[in-house]
Amino acid sequence: MKPIAGILLSSALLAGCAAVPDAPRPVTTTGPVHETTLANGLKVIVKEDHRAPVVVSQVWYKVGGSYEYDGLTGISHVLEHMMFKGTPNHPPGQFSRIIAEQGGRENAFTAQDYTAYFQQLEKSRLPIAFELEADRMRHLTLDPQETAKELQVVKEERRLRTDDNPQALAWEQFSAAAWQTSPYRHPIIGWMNDLENLQADDLRRWYQTWYAPNNATLVVVGDVVPQEVFALAERHYGPLKPSTITPPKPRLEPPQRGVRRVVVKAPAELPYLIMGYKVPTLKTATEDWKPYALEVLGGVLDGGDSARLPRELVRGSQIAAGVSAGYTLTARLGDLFSFSGTPAQGHDVAALEQAIKGQIERLKSEPVSGAELARIKAQVTAAKVYELDSVFYQAMQIGVMETVGLDWRLLDEYPQRIAAVTPEQVMAVAREFLVDDNLTVAVLEPQPLDGTAPRAAAGGLTRH
Amino acid sequence: MKFAMQKILMVVALLCWSAIVAALPQIEHWQTGNGARVYFVAAHELPMVDVQVVFDGGSARDAVPGVANLTAGLLTEGAGTLDADAIAEQFDALGARIGSSAGRDYASVSLRSLTDAALLQPAVDTLALILRAPTFPAAAFERERSRVQVGLRAQEQNPGALADRAFYRALYGAHPYAQPPLGTAQSVAALKRADVLAHYRRHYVARNAIVVIVGDLQRSTAERLAEALVGPLPQGTTQAPLPAVSTPTGDTVRINHPSSQTHILVGQPVLQRGDPDYFALYVGNHILGGSGLVSRISDEVREKRGLAYSAYSYFMPMRQAGPFQMGVQTKNESAVEALDVMRATLQRYRSEGPTAEELIAAKKNITGGFPLNIDSNSDIAGYLAMIAFYQLPLDYLDRFIERVNAVSAEQIRDAFQRRVDPERLITVTVGNGK
Repeated sequence: MKPIAGILLSSALLAGCAAVPDAPRPVTTTGPVHETTLANGLKVIVKEDHRAPVVVSQVWYKVGGSYEYDGLTGISHVLEHMMFKGTPNHPPGQFSRIIAEQGGRENAFTAQDYTAYFQQLEKSRLPIAFELEADRMRHLTLDPQETAKELQVVKEERRLRTDDNPQALAWEQFSAAAWQTSPYRHPIIGWMNDLENLQADDLRRWYQTWYAPNNATLVVVGDVVPQEVFALAERHYGPLKPSTITPPKPRLEPPQRGVRRVVVKAPAELPYLIMGYKVPTLKTATEDWKPYALEVLGGVLDGGDSARLPRELVRGSQIAAGVSAGYTLTARLGDLFSFSGTPAQGHDVAALEQAIKGQIERLKSEPVSGAELARIKAQVTAAKVYELDSVFYQAMQIGVMETVGLDWRLLDEYPQRIAAVTPEQVMAVAREFLVDDNLTVAVLEPQPLDGTAPRAAAGGLTRH
Repeated sequence: MKFAMQKILMVVALLCWSAIVAALPQIEHWQTGNGARVYFVAAHELPMVDVQVVFDGGSARDAVPGVANLTAGLLTEGAGTLDADAIAEQFDALGARIGSSAGRDYASVSLRSLTDAALLQPAVDTLALILRAPTFPAAAFERERSRVQVGLRAQEQNPGALADRAFYRALYGAHPYAQPPLGTAQSVAALKRADVLAHYRRHYVARNAIVVIVGDLQRSTAERLAEALVGPLPQGTTQAPLPAVSTPTGDTVRINHPSSQTHILVGQPVLQRGDPDYFALYVGNHILGGSGLVSRISDEVREKRGLAYSAYSYFMPMRQAGPFQMGVQTKNESAVEALDVMRATLQRYRSEGPTAEELIAAKKNITGGFPLNIDSNSDIAGYLAMIAFYQLPLDYLDRFIERVNAVSAEQIRDAFQRRVDPERLITVTVGNGK
């Protein structure tokens, strides 16, 4: 650490303005990570990283797309936009202008399981971020006129990200088909008709329901002194009142009873395939080795250029122009192990689906090799170092874990848990979960981009 | 309360100066025996290293459009006696990450590795082999060319990509920057393996190469690493300068696309790296459209009117005059209004320049945020590659804040008036729902 006396003094000066003396707070420390909880329920996690004189502050709320109901889809994301539209103390736009004048970067993001707000700053400016972020945690204005204008912006965002992007449209339809009761069936950005009918009052109720210190986690990573951050958090966030938070209903997906297929037609040039198998996550698994085995299975298929999908499908059989596998270990609810890809020229989505299923059958019938497992372990070990190159990513990892209800200390265990996975366990999860009755398939069927008559079904696939 | 806080912060800001200066990366620079330039920053906090080898061989040097991109993509497809699978296995087994790409100005190959010698040495050996002895196998050439063709077709369904392609075409006409780095359907169909070999032999040579190293190495180790990577390359010759860009006349290109939004790009070629107007235009654009939600364009288009999710402007300095670009995407019915608002915002800014308050705010944002620009090895490696390729002074980062602070409102107004010509702006629209 390279402390500059002047800066520490000025931070202390700012912190010293607090009228309320600190009550003793239990702090738990694990390596460079320090954690406490304020009396109002706000959890504060500080990770020291003294490489550069910078800090990132992130506030994570336990709300997102998967907390929403029919008719209100997209409300968490719209509320995230409205969080920049002012409080009685700070008129619309002032938040962003103040952070900008402090040399800060700020933004927010909404996902199925969380909504998070962040500022990145030179380290002495942290008090500004806390003051502004605490203010909007409980005092958002939600003016109806500002709401109406911002809804136009969000609809443009939906057009940009989804409506005019055929692959994104396919993913949206895929999720809606794969899930019947799980809230993961809804798009995070919301159905257009729900956005068109959203009111400022809906947003106010959503804000009052979820935005409170006892439904949030403050994560700070950077060149800071944990006790000073805790004191600063107490000063700015401490006075906020907690509220009664009713956790969301479980909305467990009933067992799937057979493969589901959906066709998505949209103006496009290329066909596209999405496949998803229902799988447990760290939160939902009955046996906690299974998610790690699925994670290793993902690495065997798609962890680097030597993995099986690029090796066998892109370079070997050359059926795929591109193909990938995806699994989110940290999803709050049961999730999908997914595959997506574009057939190579001269091949179609049916051939790609068969080739992917061929790889799945191989996982079920023969154990993965020691060399493959060794490569995955090497990559995980290296990634643990590489991720330290970004304070933002470090904060994000902690925030995700905490917000979905997992202990962030699991992050430290991760390399050992991956290393402990056996070839038999990979085979076992493939056999248990990657089965047809558990599968949803979506196919993007390209429609002409120039408004002329539709092509023959295979017309887009066989052109050379 | 707010006043008091801001006074205190001014004090903090002054004190920060010493912290910022102290944290600046120390750039070491030398040449390999065969004339490649090396730029090194020692960063001992993490046991890892980032390496980039940059060649003056981007798509602006394409003999056939798309050849630079395909050459870069094929490097990991075979080298010496190794095939693509063996190369991939080697890097993956070491936990190393390898990448290669080609933009308009340069091609680059990057490696991230742990610095444990047992891991770094074999990764460097394999990278050296890839640079010195790529085999460009015929079968891999056919496959990767076919994948580029799929990539080109993907652009046909992406209004943003179509707008970008049309924009560069309209701005640059007969200049090499007009060609898309991926190439075109026709040019890629005509590409031969011999074109790739020729591009490689001409451009992947020492006099055309730069090595950037950031990480936990001693200078002597970095010297050996650079020598291992590019020492075996033939000396070759430095590329001749690219032709200068001629300013196009103002024009509008309309492309119909069945999208619900119209993508609009407006701009012209303006700025070379190292241009004396760079800082005036950079700071000036920060206020116009370069600082997210608080910039004028975003304020007028998004905050006041709700017309778009994203509205921005930037200058992209390149070897030859890179573009000034304003962009917005809005529902087809609002396209005319959004374009008018954006052009009017530029006109007004160009004639009046920034207000004193705007300029102070922009300088505070840029200089106050400077520590964030250099807070990671990957950020520093990016700056190093830029400084190296465009041969900016080695004290570029040291003097960055002082040069930003030296910009006046009058200099911004003057630079915009001289360099951005509203009569010659090119407008590209893609959309209109057809």
